[in-house]
Amino acid sequence: MSTPTRTPTGAPEHLTGPGSGGVGDDAQRPDGVLKVRGEFAYGSDLWMADMLWGVTLRSPHPYARIRSVDTSAALATPGVSAVLTSDDVPGEKVYGLELADQPVLALDVVRYQGEPVALVAADHPETARLAAGRIHVDYDVLEPVTDARTALGHPTWNQVHDSTAEVTELSRESAHLHPEGNLVRHLKVRTGDPAPTADVVVVGEYEVGMQDQAFLGPEAGLAVPAEDGGVELHVATQWLHVDQKQICAALALPPEQVRLTLAGVGGAFGGREDLSMHVHACLLALRTGRPVKMSYNREESFFGHVHRHPATMRYEHGATRDGELVYVKAAIYFDGGAYASSTPAVVGNGGTMGIGPYVVPNVHVDCYGAYTNNPPCGAMRGFGSVQTAFAYESQMDALAAELGMDPVELRCRNAMEEGSATPTGQVIDSPAPVAELLRRLEAMPLPAASGDGEVDLRDMPGGVSNTTHGEGVRRGVGYAVAYKNVAFSEGYDDHSTARVRLEVVGGEPTATVHTAAAEVGQGLVTVEQQIARTELGVERVVVHPKDTSVGSAGSTSASRQTYVTGGAVKAACEKVRAQVVARAERLVGRTVPDLRLAGGAVVSDSEDITVPLADLLGDDVLEETLEWRHRPTEAIDPETGQGFAHVQYAFSAHRAVVDVDTELGLVKVVEMACTQDVGKAINPQAVVGQIQGGTAQGLGLAVMEEILIKDGKVRNPSFTDYLIPTILDMPPMRIEVLEYADPHAPYGLRGVGEAPNISSGPAVLAAIRAATGLPLTRVPVRPEHITGT
Amino acid sequence: MTQINVRVDGASYTDDVEPRTLLVHYLREQLGKVGTVVGCDTSNCGACTVHLDGQAVKSCTVFAVQADGCQVTTIEGVASGEGESATLHPVQRAFHEMHGLQCGFCTPGMIMASIDLLKENPDPSDEEVREGIEGNLCRCTGYQNIVRAVRQAAAEMSGKAADDPQAEPAAVDTAAADHVTAQA
Repeated sequence: MSTPTRTPTGAPEHLTGPGSGGVGDDAQRPDGVLKVRGEFAYGSDLWMADMLWGVTLRSPHPYARIRSVDTSAALATPGVSAVLTSDDVPGEKVYGLELADQPVLALDVVRYQGEPVALVAADHPETARLAAGRIHVDYDVLEPVTDARTALGHPTWNQVHDSTAEVTELSRESAHLHPEGNLVRHLKVRTGDPAPTADVVVVGEYEVGMQDQAFLGPEAGLAVPAEDGGVELHVATQWLHVDQKQICAALALPPEQVRLTLAGVGGAFGGREDLSMHVHACLLALRTGRPVKMSYNREESFFGHVHRHPATMRYEHGATRDGELVYVKAAIYFDGGAYASSTPAVVGNGGTMGIGPYVVPNVHVDCYGAYTNNPPCGAMRGFGSVQTAFAYESQMDALAAELGMDPVELRCRNAMEEGSATPTGQVIDSPAPVAELLRRLEAMPLPAASGDGEVDLRDMPGGVSNTTHGEGVRRGVGYAVAYKNVAFSEGYDDHSTARVRLEVVGGEPTATVHTAAAEVGQGLVTVEQQIARTELGVERVVVHPKDTSVGSAGSTSASRQTYVTGGAVKAACEKVRAQVVARAERLVGRTVPDLRLAGGAVVSDSEDITVPLADLLGDDVLEETLEWRHRPTEAIDPETGQGFAHVQYAFSAHRAVVDVDTELGLVKVVEMACTQDVGKAINPQAVVGQIQGGTAQGLGLAVMEEILIKDGKVRNPSFTDYLIPTILDMPPMRIEVLEYADPHAPYGLRGVGEAPNISSGPAVLAAIRAATGLPLTRVPVRPEHITGT
Repeated sequence: MTQINVRVDGASYTDDVEPRTLLVHYLREQLGKVGTVVGCDTSNCGACTVHLDGQAVKSCTVFAVQADGCQVTTIEGVASGEGESATLHPVQRAFHEMHGLQCGFCTPGMIMASIDLLKENPDPSDEEVREGIEGNLCRCTGYQNIVRAVRQAAAEMSGKAADDPQAEPAAVDTAAADHVTAQA
């Protein structure tokens, strides 16, 4: 069987790159040269000479019963090789990350617009699309449930937020969308006095719209039938092994016969954690006996992956007259859409961290995830914390205003620090410099005021549309701080696997690092090289293609890969190093306590020993494979939320400066500043890149990004209508990266990727409020929210 | 079908295309030039940007027949020389060295747009870089390092060092405070 190629060069490739640099250096990406040359093979670039193209027929209705499906006209279309429906799924017909509730292809009911119903494979994508249009599906259209609180039977806040009357009765919920009802998860946090009182109380209701990951490279992959009756899938994804597990179940094949290799990934941000075309392409390949490529366009991509949960939230904060938080009560509703995806974990994060990085003695949180007929929602960078941060930080500003206190002062007064207890009873056992992050932001210089001297239209809200020359423009400054759990929580067996090989290739000591950890753009391949260089003292480190021939690395999500896969690579290197040192000691005939690897040799600082690895290893290959785990977490108590739920927290803070045209409601973000503690920056340049990118996505949610849904239907599935920040929307940044080591983590590092995505948007929202004096309780903020028209 | 003659990255091609075939699909599916990628289909993202007779165009908004008789340069034709020994264009090198990319999907289009910008304005300010490539979306980087990369390339191409602090690499400044390691 030939292997897939990306014309004109092969893929996937062993990455070496010209780079150098160990832990703490600005090492360059090993895939960077391929990427700037247009030679990096994304999933959409894969190609085989005899391949077919697969397309998906999707439901136009958010909720309908399927009476019948007639595929005969599609099958009769010249060039069509196969048309498949749920009847053709040989194994489990439903799948899911946490709960298997989502049909591979629709069974008797479709529960969201865009749900896959049938598949076509043909010799040309246009033929396949034409044939898909000839599949006749007879739908009995049903009334969709499109609101999470309605789905759960909690139409009014009072009903759910009377803290003395626990809401466990869900009898008034809407018609069940799934057999067990519409509640995916209800998380409770209870600590302290159940009926606290305070001098000052602020209450707010908040809403966060549905955000899309909007990764730039749409879903794509190529399935190749194998001679052993199995299938090889090359796919852009975030977690090869969880894909493999679900594909195996659907295909009724063992893992040995479902082999996955990571294709080039054009961004992910959570949107590739669930299956998209994976099983579909495999089904078509196994049916036709030919390679099948599936490559979504942008519109299909909007229907082909889960989104960030929209949220509605009600918060009540009580504080003493001098600004000490006494209690927080919160009801948080996440709309999970039609299928569970990772909703239970999103509820876990939203609930356990839903009051922010503050010390509060009395906490009462109810966090719900619901099924509706909206698009399924699941993982997106920030994962349950992005939504709640808008609410709790808005509350902190409201409380500061009520108290007549400076918002930063109020935050610092209540900020978590090392040794503080979270509302779930977890004592923070590593640095938590929340107040310092804010104080450092405060100390940074502010950008020059707008409108000084001659007006440059490009600096104005509305830009060269010439909507204002400065009249009606007000400046605002806002702050926000966030924390986020790193890695998997609540007792999950979170681990990664690394295989490290050391050998001499062409006279040069060469390490090969093999993990299944998905590189999605963040730069993990660079980190893997840096760790191997540092631990093994060699320059040349090859990154093996990511595939399932090595054990699971867990997901590229939850800011976890540098921590967990980095930890696995470090530990595997240490085992290889121990072998090398033992050999060197055998060679010198005695134990030398300070032998280490550096410069491609075993050296001692105390004695004059230098044994080149080329001499020591000869033709031998040293290899170690191991699974590595961070310290275990615990399931939380279902009634109180108490427990050691999270292994590590990441902290970041933002200051946003905005100019708002208060007459037209246009916002220009003038500057974003960020401080973040990363424990140890393994690659400072990449860390800064994560902060910059996360900041932009948070800004996007604050002022422009929303999937608009009406009656369960997506209104804007394109980049014409779903707006993400352009280079003109994203202002210059000031960044300070702090390194307070976490003693529990490899190198003291702290996960980086998500925190800046969480604090950025609330800072922008705070700045707009400061500029306008309006309460602004919904994001994205639209012009009409500012103008009131 | 309509016959077209085009030079793409220095090689001549004569091909039959449907009149409705987009240039990007011709490049990718008929010529195998998949370095030019499709991000949105609606001309919003600019990932498919190529040069048509030296000018940056979004190849999803150009028909293949419009390229008849033209020179097309894609990201694959920007470096000089072939294979391993090829020399990167200064803009390519700067995007790599200044960490101007993460997933890299926008990178071909960003580089093609930036080369066109620098031809018109060899020494752009940060603001002029932003104005110049505003038609290209990036979802990973927040654009900061893209601005730095274009400034860096401009400096290299004009033979002078980048003078703006924004065009310097992110400073690793341990002197600022015990625990501040990187500032940007």
